[in-house]
Amino acid sequence: MKRVSTFKIRIPHQLQIALMAIAFGMLIAAVLIVITGNNPFSAYWFLFRGGLMSIKRIGNTLAGATTLILTGLSVAFAFRTGLFNIGAAGQMLFGGFVATALGLTLNLPKAILLPVMMLGAMLGGAFWGFIPGLLKAKFNVHEVVATIMMNFIALWIAYYGIQDTILKDPNQETQSARLPVEASLQVDWLRDITGNSFLNLGLIIAIIFVVIIAIIINKTVLGYQLKAAGYNRFAAEYAGMKVNRNIILSMAIAGALAGLAGFTFYAGFSNHVEIGKLPIQGFDGIAVALLGGSTPVGALFAALFFGILQTGKGFMQSMTGVPPEVGDLIIGFILYGAACQILFERILKYFKRGRNA
Amino acid sequence: MEKIIEMQNIRKEFPGIVANDNVTLGLRKGEVHALLGENGAGKSTLMSILFGLYQPDAGQIVVRGEPVQIKNPTMANNLGIGMVHQHFKLVHNFTVTENIILGMEPMNGIAIDRKGAALKIKELSQQYGLDVDPYAKIEDISVGMQQRVEILKMLYRDAEILIFDEPTAVLTPQEIHELMKIMRSLLKEGKSIILITHKLKEIKEVADRCTVIRRGKVIGTVDVKDTTEAKMAEMMVGREVSFHVEKGESNPGEIALEVKDLVVMGTRGEEAVKSFSFQLRRGEILGIAGVDGNGQAQLVEALTGLRKVESGVISLAGKDIAGLNIKERFEAGLAHIPEDRQKRGLVLDYSIEENMILEIHQNEPFSRMGFLQFDEIRNYSERLIKEFDVRSGEGSIAKARALSGGNQQKAIVGREISHNPEVLIAVQPTRGLDVGSIEYIHKRLVEQRDAGRAVLLVSLELDEILDLSDRVVVINSGTKVGEVITSETDENEVGLMMAGIEKGA
Repeated sequence: MKRVSTFKIRIPHQLQIALMAIAFGMLIAAVLIVITGNNPFSAYWFLFRGGLMSIKRIGNTLAGATTLILTGLSVAFAFRTGLFNIGAAGQMLFGGFVATALGLTLNLPKAILLPVMMLGAMLGGAFWGFIPGLLKAKFNVHEVVATIMMNFIALWIAYYGIQDTILKDPNQETQSARLPVEASLQVDWLRDITGNSFLNLGLIIAIIFVVIIAIIINKTVLGYQLKAAGYNRFAAEYAGMKVNRNIILSMAIAGALAGLAGFTFYAGFSNHVEIGKLPIQGFDGIAVALLGGSTPVGALFAALFFGILQTGKGFMQSMTGVPPEVGDLIIGFILYGAACQILFERILKYFKRGRNA
Repeated sequence: MEKIIEMQNIRKEFPGIVANDNVTLGLRKGEVHALLGENGAGKSTLMSILFGLYQPDAGQIVVRGEPVQIKNPTMANNLGIGMVHQHFKLVHNFTVTENIILGMEPMNGIAIDRKGAALKIKELSQQYGLDVDPYAKIEDISVGMQQRVEILKMLYRDAEILIFDEPTAVLTPQEIHELMKIMRSLLKEGKSIILITHKLKEIKEVADRCTVIRRGKVIGTVDVKDTTEAKMAEMMVGREVSFHVEKGESNPGEIALEVKDLVVMGTRGEEAVKSFSFQLRRGEILGIAGVDGNGQAQLVEALTGLRKVESGVISLAGKDIAGLNIKERFEAGLAHIPEDRQKRGLVLDYSIEENMILEIHQNEPFSRMGFLQFDEIRNYSERLIKEFDVRSGEGSIAKARALSGGNQQKAIVGREISHNPEVLIAVQPTRGLDVGSIEYIHKRLVEQRDAGRAVLLVSLELDEILDLSDRVVVINSGTKVGEVITSETDENEVGLMMAGIEKGA
């Protein structure tokens, strides 16, 4: 007897929806490009070339996608368990802040320092997810409200935690000191094979966690329980599962993933923390999760796609004069497309019926 | 005789299924026309077409001799067609009058003319013997009264044709009797009624003619006075059905479940279950009878651990379980067929096999070291599907959502019975199911009893209680009104007790 897991059934359908959403987003954005007096075909040509045309650009695309993979994974994981994690930005910032603080203060060899920072980032993020989870489980505070509030708390803790302390870069107004080489995920060999791109060890961490989370969701008792609570809280309760414990656990895991995203960004991509600013990748994670159909592998590919847009939009501007914001606009329209899932499902159904008739 | 509505050769297709196939239904003026069929036979589709919610693919509707196209419910209302839904659509903190005029408020300048409306409602109420107080708030009146408000809503809108969708599901036997009286007075005033139901007894009592639908097709329309309940049931199901549950004498053994002075709080902080006590023995079925909303739900939740026990003792095979959580009670030998199969009983987006292990997924062999063992789960699920005749297109991997109500329920019943519990609590185990599935589930419950298990049956269907139980405990506003032996009582006595009138009082 061959087993067909529900996971495998999901993908093709989700992929169809995602591709339609992307087509929809690009189509609407094309109209806008025409309105600004440019040729959408050449704009898109340069947009994708900008993301993919050289080994260096591919490296940068992957480096940009790394953080998005993890924030997307964070949002997707929470979503599969019925929770809406708007707080990936705050969890990412707090996790990154903890990692940066450790990296700037501890004097350890790289092989020990990086795992310590990674653990710190995960624990920091997990704590930032744990609090809304606890509030939801004990007092029924909606996680959307709680996680948004936690975003602001993270923002200002990072601000004052860096502003007047040894963590601050004495020559810069708004950022922490640069992490030393020992505390950075950037390594020479990855830089060398990608022509000096930003690509760093974070990508490997992200891919490992995509696999881990996919296994947890699809193969384990924990995943079974979390999904059951996400689909039908009442049935999970009826079956004797500890729904409240699972809510807290799920938010903490989502937070840990976002914390990891902070680690890969602040200690891999930028190597310093900019203060007074919530990382946009935390919010983009929502888009990644949505486009990826809330599956880990889907989030991986959605993040790669968004990575191409992010890297390519500057090139598109310099070659055609289309403003780089069009890249963000495309993402915005794709999001609308992904949110209009039902619409695309109907269109798909219509075409299927048409073929059969 | 003059036909006020004719639905001619109606056809409605949904992807993959023909819901109505060449259905013809004629409603005569001044008759009660029953529409009988199993779940999924196409009754609701047909009525939704008449009420303008769906458009037929073929066929036409003729109202008062004129072909019409009913595009939406407003058009249906304008044609004098009104519907009393199974779940009332009332605003609870509004008065009767406010609910009735909602959406077509009579104006007195810029103010709503509540007084005038109340007067008109009062007149209507008297005319049809409804006895409704126009100023009462919905939350303060009984379910039976609320239904009358729904009826008044239609009368206020001058409906000539009234569709009742399973109207007796929420009523006590006495209230059902009252409703039948109201229907007759509606007829006397020249109204016509379509009654959707699966209760044959009621059809026999009140309907003039009955149209039976099976799998989207009309099997036939019969004059009720010339037919029997058995005949109608056979038309509905397509084979002979036994109504009476075949069961021998019970053989009660030792006490399996004892509840003593149980107090449970409701959601609004009121005492929903008051000092409730009963004993349940092995090898017997104990029925809990009562009208909906009298504390049964809270009683069951307290027994299963879904709701906190305020005070009192629940002892399962001699062990007090009142302080244990749901899982611990399950492990102590309590199984629960929940009232709402879709809300509690199943994760609809999980496959059948995933649902079959809902309570035992953590146990070997279904998981090892935190990993699910899919082959074991598949084998277990296939066995249960076969044993309990759960039918689905794709077997184990079909989503629970894709199953019919009857098969969903069979899956739950099978799952719970397979846990070999000390005590099986079955709440409304056949709600909304067709005759065939009811028969099957009843047989299984009696089997459990005969195998020496203790079964607690909580049901709103008095017939079901009387058919299955060996003893009956009656609950009213959270209090135990009394306890009777089934063989020594009848519907009337239990019905009165359900209304709170103690035995012999």
